[in-house]
Amino acid sequence: MEQGVTSSTIDPTRPPPLLEAHDVHHTYGIGTREAHNALGGISFCVKQGEFVSIVGPSGCGKTTLLRCLSGLMKPTSGTVSLDGAAISSVPAELTLVFQDYSRSLYPWLRVADNVDFPLKDARLSKSERAERVAQALADVGLTDHTTKYPRQLSGGMQQRVAIARALAYRPAMLLMDEPYASVDAQTRASLEDVLLDVWERRNKTILFVTHDIDESVYLADRVLVLSRGPSRVIADIAVDIARPRDQIETKATPEFVELRAEVARLIRDAGSGAET
Amino acid sequence: MDDEGASIVSWIRAHLADIAIKIAVLVALVAFWWWATARAQSLFFPTPDTVFESLWNDWLTNWSESWRENFGPSLKRLLLGFGLAAIVSIVMGVAIGRSSTFGDYVEPIIHFVRAIPPPAFLPLFIILLGIGDLQKVVLIAIGVFPPILLNTIDGVRSIDPQQFDTADVFQISTRRRITHVILPAAAPKIFAGLRISMSIAVILMVISELFAATDGLGFRILQTSRQFQYVQLWAGIVVLGIVGTVLNGLLVVVERRVLRWSRV
Repeated sequence: MEQGVTSSTIDPTRPPPLLEAHDVHHTYGIGTREAHNALGGISFCVKQGEFVSIVGPSGCGKTTLLRCLSGLMKPTSGTVSLDGAAISSVPAELTLVFQDYSRSLYPWLRVADNVDFPLKDARLSKSERAERVAQALADVGLTDHTTKYPRQLSGGMQQRVAIARALAYRPAMLLMDEPYASVDAQTRASLEDVLLDVWERRNKTILFVTHDIDESVYLADRVLVLSRGPSRVIADIAVDIARPRDQIETKATPEFVELRAEVARLIRDAGSGAET
Repeated sequence: MDDEGASIVSWIRAHLADIAIKIAVLVALVAFWWWATARAQSLFFPTPDTVFESLWNDWLTNWSESWRENFGPSLKRLLLGFGLAAIVSIVMGVAIGRSSTFGDYVEPIIHFVRAIPPPAFLPLFIILLGIGDLQKVVLIAIGVFPPILLNTIDGVRSIDPQQFDTADVFQISTRRRITHVILPAAAPKIFAGLRISMSIAVILMVISELFAATDGLGFRILQTSRQFQYVQLWAGIVVLGIVGTVLNGLLVVVERRVLRWSRV
């Protein structure tokens, strides 16, 4: 499989951002009457080690954006670069956690084998692989369920398996597409903390797409707010709230309340105004 | 998933009434067979005791000869025809299923071939391929491959695209994408095709041995009929029933094992 990296220009004096999107446009069905302009020129960057959330009104093209960022889909125009190199297909240093775990996990592989599956192509020794699988499953709290099949687990646990699989792969950049949209509120809160814990301990770089405003603020260093489609980045908000964060304490701080109101206001205005 | 051994006992206990009814039905059926044939006194419808006696004397006591002359040749043809057709049609099915344009051209042709009753090929095959094993194996393979092929295509087509997106995202190699994503995902449908095909294979095996054969199970039935040995003829029919049941049973065992994940 190709790496999808066409050129590699690393300037030692000024390291480029890890992920950079430059003026990304995407239109579905160009030239047809049903042409739909989903992305209207998106530009932003994510630095090494950062946790960035993307939030926007529903149907604003978040999934389209992630597919373009991950290289699964080629945008109509604009470039996405990872570590300074423009990507043309899915780069090996990046991975994506899908919203729908039940369709993304392989039901014929046991939990540990699902996590191990991508590692077999990565030319790793058996012991290295076993160690990565064990560590990733321990990180998400699934050590006791390694020999079960995904369908024997609850939805929240299945999404943990999907996260463990992405972690064991050890990508430089982890993209997440509304990963907690289909789990209940309590599971969601605990999965948010699992993710924050892993991000802090393992020094990951995460881009987290969600439609949940609380979640976007609670998790991230920065929140990017998208307009309604054709979407653009209408705000880039820094979240200067101390870490480690706590589901109850953090969400009760005035900074959190203020930021979530600001984001909510932006989304409300974006949702009502952009209908043309 | 049940543990073998200990759980068999508990399974029997739980299904005792069910098993008793099934045995009772079987006994009633054989009893009716007995009553009807004994009453009829017909040469063509022997009583079950004579049929079972023939099973014992003609098939089991000279087992090595039965195996050499009947079971062996028949099973060889059946398994060769079935196996070759299965391998070829699964490979073709994956290729066609993954390519929508190729599939659109080829699929009407497969449906046409499927509509032809395979025995219609028999006279042609006897001329082209002779009266040996080759002709019989090819006939079985021809009849067996459309259901497996169509089921494989269907199974591959209905794989969720996200499973391929996932494979893309994790840089899964083409080879492992076939062996570890496409084949397992399509396996339930492939096995459905294999089960249909197994009964077709047994039918075609018998038919092919009724024409221009010198050995095999079908040949033995034909031979007993020609020699007016109707008891032996019925015993042969019972043997074929047993062979079909055992082959289907083996396939089901393999399927259960391979598709264990789908029943959790």
